[in-house]
Amino acid sequence: MTLPAISVRSLVKRFGTATVLQDIDLDVPEGKVSCLIGPSGSGKSTLLRCLAFLEEASEGMITVNGEALGFFENAKGERERLPAGQIRAVRAQIGMVFQQFNLWPHMTALGNVSEALKTVHKVPKAEAEERAMVQLAKVGLANRAGHYPSQLSGGQQQRVAIARALALSPKIMLFDEPTSALDPELTGEVLNVMRELAAEGMTMVVVSHEIGFAATVGHQISFLDQGRLLFTGAPSEIFAKPRHPRLEQFLDTYLDRGASMLA
Amino acid sequence: MSFKLFSLLVQASVWTIGISAISIAIGFLIALGLSAALLSGKALYRKPAEFFISFFRGVPLLVQLLLIYNLLPFIGLNVPSIVAAIIGMSLCTAAYQAENLRGGFESVPKGLIEAADMVGFSPRQVFVRVKVPIALRLTFPALVNEAIMILKSSSLVSVVGIVEITRMAQDLASSTYMPIEIFSSAALIYLVICWAVALAGRFGERSLPGAAK
Repeated sequence: MTLPAISVRSLVKRFGTATVLQDIDLDVPEGKVSCLIGPSGSGKSTLLRCLAFLEEASEGMITVNGEALGFFENAKGERERLPAGQIRAVRAQIGMVFQQFNLWPHMTALGNVSEALKTVHKVPKAEAEERAMVQLAKVGLANRAGHYPSQLSGGQQQRVAIARALALSPKIMLFDEPTSALDPELTGEVLNVMRELAAEGMTMVVVSHEIGFAATVGHQISFLDQGRLLFTGAPSEIFAKPRHPRLEQFLDTYLDRGASMLA
Repeated sequence: MSFKLFSLLVQASVWTIGISAISIAIGFLIALGLSAALLSGKALYRKPAEFFISFFRGVPLLVQLLLIYNLLPFIGLNVPSIVAAIIGMSLCTAAYQAENLRGGFESVPKGLIEAADMVGFSPRQVFVRVKVPIALRLTFPALVNEAIMILKSSSLVSVVGIVEITRMAQDLASSTYMPIEIFSSAALIYLVICWAVALAGRFGERSLPGAAK
């Protein structure tokens, strides 16, 4: 068996006195699409943000391709925080796509995609922009390179955001509800880019309410409810015969909305 | 009212514009430092900045100018009154601009900073490439507002003997006995200058990179 791309062990996340994630164990297989589904407030976005180290888990360990993310267990078995440089190095393997796109408004699409190459990796401007153009072309936006985010539709902005993450050649892509802020008409173009990425064998973790996408593109589906990971399995297991009553209840609301043909 | 009198007022407006522009620029630089101190999270930096701001926002500019004008020679600094005027105006506008900038930095959406963290920016790169440009965009209208306030407040420097628009108008009014015409002209000149600044501000705001057209 190959090493999982991301491995989560006994993860707990608390905000003050509220426990939002409880005893999470999860392996994200390499080259596959893992989807996190569940009702609002179930902790799926928080879990994804822990994988990006945008939230620090209160307990437990996360490893990315075998390297500890943020915390490691020292010789005495205590949890110890890693230095910022180490965190940045491990994080460099991860690309993140946000619900609100989070493009920098003062930079063009090309600027957004090439910025980290120039600033962080010191790639010469011409080469950085050339590489950024390749990514923009990949998401179908080469002809929008000079546009500012305010001049792009939501779907276009999200595709630029995907190109921005891809420009740094991450090994793993995390998507935090990438279509939730979009008009229904614009979700398709973003999901198509994600489908192509999946077909290329990118390791992806997707938090989404797009059950259709999860069912057709996902290789592994994890269902969270009230901070617990209730079930992880193949889409066929999850959608054909949901064995957990809470999962069944959750899926019913989607089947009601016309997704029954997917089952 | 003769053209000669009007042109004297226009000439005096050079002082009004000059002192205001220099004070806004110096005040902005001081305000950048003050806002950094306010946001540093260290009481050692924050407390003095808070004290500075509450002093210069809490004491009338007229009193500040008179105080600085009299204080500088008292501590052995014999500087021209124009310098005293610029120091007073700069410190006063710095206090207001610092609060604007602090608000701007605090309003930079957290997601934009997280996006920068995710692509590997160092804290300094996040500050220079993301926080500063976005905070400046957010505070630009307030900065234009402050420039207009300072232009009008510059009438107060007449008390330390600088013959800007207001002082010139007072002198001319008392020597010509035409106060209505002269003060109306002064009002008109202030109005035109402030209108031009507002117009330039709106143009500047639209031409910031990425501004919604």
